Amino acid sequence: MNQATRNHVLAVDGLATHFFTKAGIARAVDGVSLHLDRGEVLGLVGESGSGKSVMGFSLLGLVDPPGRIVGGSIRLQGRELRGLEPEALRRIRGRSIAMIFQDPMAALNPVLTIETQMRLAIAAHERVSARAARARAIEVLGRVGIPDAARRVSAYPHQFSGGMRQRVAIATVLLHRPAVIVADEPTTALDVSIQGQILAELRALVDELGTALIWISHDLAVVSAISDRIAVMYAGRIVEEGPTGRVLTAPLHPYTRGLLDSLPGEAEPGRELRQIPGATPPLLRLPEGCAFRPRCPRATDLCAIAPARTPHGERAFRCHHPLVQAAEAG
Amino acid sequence: MTVEFLEAKALSRDFAPRLSVGDRIAALFGGAVETRALRAVDDVSFTIARGETLGLVGESGCGKSTLGRMIAGILPPTRGTVMLEGAPVMARGRKVTTRIQTVFQDPYASLDPRMLIGKTIAEGPLAHRMIAKADATAFAARWLETVGLDGDHAARYPHQFSGGQRQRVAIARALAMAPEMLVCDEPVASLDVSIQAQIINLFLRLRGELDLTMLFISHDLGVVRHLSDRVAVMYLGRVVELGPSAQLYQAPRHPYTHALISAVPKLKSGRSRFAAIAGEVPSPLDPPSGCVFHPRCPLSVARCRVERPPPRVLGDRIVACHRAEEMPDVLRPAASA
Repeated sequence: MNQATRNHVLAVDGLATHFFTKAGIARAVDGVSLHLDRGEVLGLVGESGSGKSVMGFSLLGLVDPPGRIVGGSIRLQGRELRGLEPEALRRIRGRSIAMIFQDPMAALNPVLTIETQMRLAIAAHERVSARAARARAIEVLGRVGIPDAARRVSAYPHQFSGGMRQRVAIATVLLHRPAVIVADEPTTALDVSIQGQILAELRALVDELGTALIWISHDLAVVSAISDRIAVMYAGRIVEEGPTGRVLTAPLHPYTRGLLDSLPGEAEPGRELRQIPGATPPLLRLPEGCAFRPRCPRATDLCAIAPARTPHGERAFRCHHPLVQAAEAG
Repeated sequence: MTVEFLEAKALSRDFAPRLSVGDRIAALFGGAVETRALRAVDDVSFTIARGETLGLVGESGCGKSTLGRMIAGILPPTRGTVMLEGAPVMARGRKVTTRIQTVFQDPYASLDPRMLIGKTIAEGPLAHRMIAKADATAFAARWLETVGLDGDHAARYPHQFSGGQRQRVAIARALAMAPEMLVCDEPVASLDVSIQAQIINLFLRLRGELDLTMLFISHDLGVVRHLSDRVAVMYLGRVVELGPSAQLYQAPRHPYTHALISAVPKLKSGRSRFAAIAGEVPSPLDPPSGCVFHPRCPLSVARCRVERPPPRVLGDRIVACHRAEEMPDVLRPAASA
């Protein structure tokens, strides 16, 4: 709770989202704490099944059965979101906290023009005239780099390219100037040249508007391009967090180290990469203690006990055998 | 005269829209029906030496998969030929060699879900009488072990494997045909980072052990750099630059190569630097005149709008740009911005 007492725009403490399936309980998010300040970008990194997307959905109260938030707190601008009635949550969602998805068509209606969709999005929270709504739609479309916005606002989603559609989805989210935006793999389906444009534009928007952004991605390089801080998730837990540069140059958790070594970009071409053995464990059959233990080169008997979150300056990790000395030397 | 191991000669591939009777009548009366052919690959030539890996990079829609399928002999070119040691890989629209095999991005789509893995692996070699039926089980088990799986897994179905394991099965099936060359189309694109590294290492090891020649297609510049001796960069159906991997990444000669490399975020301390390319890839149905990259090119001049730059040799590179001599120095300041 001590995090929430400070002036964070978003403070999550011990959040747990579990899925109650016939085969057992999947602890997709299991005791995650994080916080965000105004204008700050947090990169949430993990491989598939790490729980990073469920984390994003949990923040917006969008977890469907058999999933349920079973513990922890989510404080948005000082207000607790857990336990709010669906109607109260609906008034907050879209206005104070909003989400961008990997597939923009998940957010866009194919049979309505952009203008109509944006007018409906505004009307969900405010009463405005059609003319004012149109002006605001054109304004946000221009902001995300859509050329000729005054004309394009009358177009349908299929008349836009993939990159432009994602821009429209981002523009829709900007309509209410939310305090927090959660973006789940928003550039993964896009080509590198378009990805580069959107990364640069979103970073500029965050800096200008003071919005806080959680950028969920499997791609460390993309996350490093936009984030102030990074949190690395593995099997439902944040195993390491800290300022982007420190985490990437001197990781404390062996899993972060392994992820970095797996990337071919930095290695000498043609040489074998230092790979992490094995695969991510299924959530229904997580190992006791540290979930990374079976794949970890530093694991000992001690790792059968789950490591607690250990603060380390402005960083934190969950590991009995962190790479602290290596980090200090580096 | 030496014969190249693999030679792509002036390859082009058009895709014409298949018009219904109604569409044809509508077109006759001036209706808005798309009758133009799309040129996915436009006059591409290159060679690959035995044992060499050629990387092929480009954004979606650039024609890299179409080119790969023509090299593999599974898609007939509209014009041009693919020769393997002087013999065409296709005849009358059919593949006529087993010496080239293919590994695709999605192993789930390329493995029969109702067929046991062991049977899938032995199917091709049995059909081509490369092995006897009695040896099929042991044969499949041996290949599974070669790609890092358990020999007993031959008695399983595709759905019982993870994504990374399925890709290993797909590699085993391709290699079971004893090919000399593999065409790999985005084989690691849908895998997690840690699994991707394992498969890249598998390719590196097998390539050395089996002396394989490879065409490695990917949108991921880092993966291609790691695996390739030479790299070809495609844009809107054309190879705009081709050269030795290290040199091409370090000092690109084509503005598009330069832009593509600069657009990829790199892991550096703090927020990484990257430079976005302006604009979007134009529709291949209506490619720009002259050099197809000119509307997005920071170096474009009047000549680029009218005259298509032919591929030409420049030092260690083949490059299709009127201003290649000035590269990369002319763009250096932009790169570090």
